[in-house]
Amino acid sequence: MRHLRAASAITLAIAITVAATGCGGGTGDTGSNESPKTLTYWASNQGPSIEADKEILTPELKKFEKETGIKVKLEVVPWADLLNRILAATASGQGPDVLNIGNTWSASLQATGALLPWDEKNFEAIGGRDRFVDSAVASAGKEGEPPAAVPLYSLAYALYYNKKMFAEAGVDGPPATWDDLVATGKKISKGGKWGLGAEGGNLSNNIHQTFVLGQQHGADFFDKDGKATFTSDGAVAAVKQYIDFMAKDKIIAPGNAEYAQNQSLTDFAKGKTAMVLWQAAASTFAAQGMKPEDWGAAPVPVPSGTGKQVNSMVAGINIAVFKNTKNIDGAKKFVKFMTSDEEQKHLNKTYGSIPPVKEAQADAAFGAPDLKVLRDTLSTSAAPLPQVPNESQFETAVGTAVKELWADAAAGRPVTEASVKARLEKAQQSMQQ
Amino acid sequence: MTATVTNPEVDKSATGGTSRGTGGARRRLPRIPDRIRQGGLPYLLLLPAVLLELLIHIVPMVIGIVMSFRQLTQFFINNWGAAPWIGLDNYRIAVDFDAPIGEALLHSFFVTCVFTFFSVGLAWLLGTAAAILLQESFRGRGILRAIFLVPYALPVYAAVITWAFMFQRDNGLINHVLHDQLGITDEPSFWLIGDNSIYTLIIVSVWKGWPFAFLMLMAGLQNIPRELYEAASIDGAGIWQQIRKITLPSLRPVNQVLVLVLFLWTFNDFNTPYVLFGKSAPESADLISIHIYQSSFVTWNFGTGSAMSVLLLLFLLLVTAVYLILTSRGRKGADV
Repeated sequence: MRHLRAASAITLAIAITVAATGCGGGTGDTGSNESPKTLTYWASNQGPSIEADKEILTPELKKFEKETGIKVKLEVVPWADLLNRILAATASGQGPDVLNIGNTWSASLQATGALLPWDEKNFEAIGGRDRFVDSAVASAGKEGEPPAAVPLYSLAYALYYNKKMFAEAGVDGPPATWDDLVATGKKISKGGKWGLGAEGGNLSNNIHQTFVLGQQHGADFFDKDGKATFTSDGAVAAVKQYIDFMAKDKIIAPGNAEYAQNQSLTDFAKGKTAMVLWQAAASTFAAQGMKPEDWGAAPVPVPSGTGKQVNSMVAGINIAVFKNTKNIDGAKKFVKFMTSDEEQKHLNKTYGSIPPVKEAQADAAFGAPDLKVLRDTLSTSAAPLPQVPNESQFETAVGTAVKELWADAAAGRPVTEASVKARLEKAQQSMQQ
Repeated sequence: MTATVTNPEVDKSATGGTSRGTGGARRRLPRIPDRIRQGGLPYLLLLPAVLLELLIHIVPMVIGIVMSFRQLTQFFINNWGAAPWIGLDNYRIAVDFDAPIGEALLHSFFVTCVFTFFSVGLAWLLGTAAAILLQESFRGRGILRAIFLVPYALPVYAAVITWAFMFQRDNGLINHVLHDQLGITDEPSFWLIGDNSIYTLIIVSVWKGWPFAFLMLMAGLQNIPRELYEAASIDGAGIWQQIRKITLPSLRPVNQVLVLVLFLWTFNDFNTPYVLFGKSAPESADLISIHIYQSSFVTWNFGTGSAMSVLLLLFLLLVTAVYLILTSRGRKGADV
């Protein structure tokens, strides 16, 4: 009994020591080449399904293996799980060697110190920083610090419109300003049809839209020191403008307030909604039975007069390397391979995104009308989301505030400047600096 | 036990007798210390379970408690041994009910209490009613029992996601019946956002939880002797009197455990709100499990999240202890 008691005590003591010293956390080392022949890669779900992604990526990984002798073990991680998986990998130190991250997470993940910083030396290993579009690199980490990742696929928002619904309502072409959009929406919004679609329950989408409107109103949501400024006049005006499309202008169906699973695209394809603001929606429309001639793409509207002409966030996916990889050279070779001109053209064509690599972007395939809109937006009028460590908190706090305002609007409760400001105030107070 | 534990003396002679000519393997058996063979065997057999219990429950719990005293934000999750110790600061933030984080936690706590009260109450009521109705044997009873248990047998995710589809405003079955078919509401209602969300949560939770109550109470009813009812009936007791005077008192030990288990499961329920509402629940349905998840995983502040978890653990321990003391006293009193 005494021995057993002693054994129990030792086990508990070890457990407490492990907990107290934080063993099991990432080691924070700088990588090694202990396993030069293998790599593990977590890819984000870019295609219509996980299986489709595997089919798309596997031949490319075989090509890489043939070139370098390095075998890449692929896992495609759904978006809903990716960030939690990355957090768990960061905390445990048991992650992949190479992984895809949403570019808006870059600064937050950079702050953990788990990702390899892409300084000049590391960029040289993959052909140099100059190969990439500036705005895409700017969305890979905090300004003034080496990026935490390398741009892989770029995306931007466009205004997609249903040509048949426009013709039926006697509308000539896509609106260029928000005033035009509201006027167009009002012409269409009758008899069960609606002008514009939204995804009110999708926090990220809420943030993307209000960030762009915020930029147009001169609001950044964070000051230069990285402190939240959610209640600035510009931020309040931006959020109110977005919610007013439903509350005041009545061009968004109330049901959109609870949409979070891309139902607005289904409504668009079914001819219930005439316009949506979306990133690279072509493949989804095709999957929903729309023909390319059924819809058009135009730049997202800007304010009438002299507002700031930003009309999209720099959306996209970056590729990163975990610092504690056991195959640091192989990981860099893999990033070089994935960002090579040839792979960039092939993968971005397949996924309907835009290559962040300048040379690949010049390919004629990316000059198709809808992709040209995205490409031009990226190069001329897109801005990265705030690259601050607590960007993740920002998405949750403000995204939730906007979601609750959608619920107010849908229920017919008044949405005023005061009510918007109150929600944003609460969001701001919940941010732990 | 009597079949396996043998007299050491007998054992010795037996092994001594058979070990001759069979090598040393058998000769080693008597070397096991007597006191382990006699008194330690149960502990030895328990050891795997104890180790797993340590690994799966105790160690994570201890780690969680340690985390709650550290400033474990995104800056330290890669090397969380380096996260600064901040004493009770995380707890102060969590219980500062004048500040937004504490206020939100308190609101979430009240929402969870209301939710738990109605969910457990209704699940128990339905379970009791169904178990009593099916106590008497009749044609089709087996089929009804099986149907009633279906929600309990379904995987939670599949079941709740189906409810989420049914509660959609524009295309959901609930609004189709209430608004389109019966015309009860002027406008299709929102069930997954806004103030109605709490009703949605309670409905799904009760649907998911009552079959367990039904199962437990059905088992409890098997132990009540038929003679009691017959005697009561002869004495002129009606059905309500029989339920009040015989059924419910007899089910008391079952109910004591059942209500406690339902309470703990419901108060901690994460799957139902997460599948219904995603990672950001509406204010009216902001259950504490989702709230803590959001405070940890979504905002990457694991220190504050852990402090909230520890507070929840303490609250549940306290409630459980008080409940067990009160109900045990009641039982002892009743037994006397």
